[in-house]
Amino acid sequence: MSIFELPKAIQLVIVTPERNLVSQEVDEVTLPGVEGYLGILPGHTPLLTSLKIGEIRYRQGKSVNYLFVSWGFVEVLPDRVTVLADVAETPEDIDVVAAKKARDEAEKKLKTPDSEFLVAQVALEQALARMQVAAKAAPLPK
Amino acid sequence: MPNLRDIRRRIRSVKSTQQITKAMKMVAAAKLRRSQENMIAARPYATKMLDVLNSLAARADQELHPLLRVREEKVVRVLVVTADRGLCAAFNTNILRRASHFVAEREGLGQAVSLELAGRKCLDYFKRRPTPVEDTWTGLFNHLHYEDADRIAGTLMRAYTEERCDAIYLIYNRFKSMISQEVVVEPLLPISRLEPAGESAGPDYLYEPTQQELFNTLLPRHVTFQVFRALLESAAAENAARMTAMESATNNAGDMIDRLTLYANRVRQAAITKEIIEVVSGAQALG
Repeated sequence: MSIFELPKAIQLVIVTPERNLVSQEVDEVTLPGVEGYLGILPGHTPLLTSLKIGEIRYRQGKSVNYLFVSWGFVEVLPDRVTVLADVAETPEDIDVVAAKKARDEAEKKLKTPDSEFLVAQVALEQALARMQVAAKAAPLPK
Repeated sequence: MPNLRDIRRRIRSVKSTQQITKAMKMVAAAKLRRSQENMIAARPYATKMLDVLNSLAARADQELHPLLRVREEKVVRVLVVTADRGLCAAFNTNILRRASHFVAEREGLGQAVSLELAGRKCLDYFKRRPTPVEDTWTGLFNHLHYEDADRIAGTLMRAYTEERCDAIYLIYNRFKSMISQEVVVEPLLPISRLEPAGESAGPDYLYEPTQQELFNTLLPRHVTFQVFRALLESAAAENAARMTAMESATNNAGDMIDRLTLYANRVRQAAITKEIIEVVSGAQALG
């Protein structure tokens, strides 16, 4: 594709093995790539990367949406972004109370030396990312 | 001569059984719809995953990954998927027969076979048999989560990479249509060689991290997805089997009620006729 005819929007598709979460045109996507967050605008060069735990942010016009993802990979084409996530949740799906509990438990485990360190760390990361997404999407307090 | 009241009681009992089978049929139909939706929802993920894997296979070294390494099959493990519950015609029996057959066949070749069991029905069957059971998973099918498949596949892949077994097979019911299921035996590990896509396939991507690393992280997901798909298929097939079984049970109950009603009427008629004869002959004797 020539540089002179960049696509105007990105067709964003987010699927998990369980469901189809998002399929819409967006202006901008931000993803948690393994080597750091990536911002993607229309006309991005083809890219294949895996995802880590974090948030996906996508913007269309002035409306911004957030999603929680945990592992997966993404294929970026100039006019299309396909995210295949192991777990993906919309802010409405996230149980903040459960996430807080998971965070506390994980923190406690990380302090005891003989527990499974990696497992607890992943749990902690997931809980924090979930809480972050839920907080960002929540309407501002009146 | 059977008592009229006994026959009526029998009809009532068959009727209430029919109500139950009818309700079960409706429930199975609703669940079937849900599991079919799940299967359809999983499809885009599967297609995309395979596309990406194949395009990576062309650029990565397939020999490097432990899940692709083929060993001589001395120790074989089988994941058998049945339902948690019965009342679904030959669904469970077919699987168990095929699984026993598979075990016997492999043991005949001098291979050691051990089992991974998903579903309460195969657990009940195999716990009384000599074949060693490694792990059991029950209560999966009410609400099937990808995490469940992840746990199962994780256990299987660990067993394979730690060389506790040389091959892993799946035995499950494939959903063919509303009225038919098919028992299939599929190799899960080692992963059969992927068909590298030609150079022309797909644009030249940037890879993050490297192609090899990406390939290596995708392979386990591919395996997990195979397990997930088998579970989905089995769940759909189970509900379809139960639906047809309950449908024919409901029909049979209907036929039985018709026959019994006919019989009850005949018995009633006979009793009335007998009474009339008695009255008439009594009157004649007096007159």
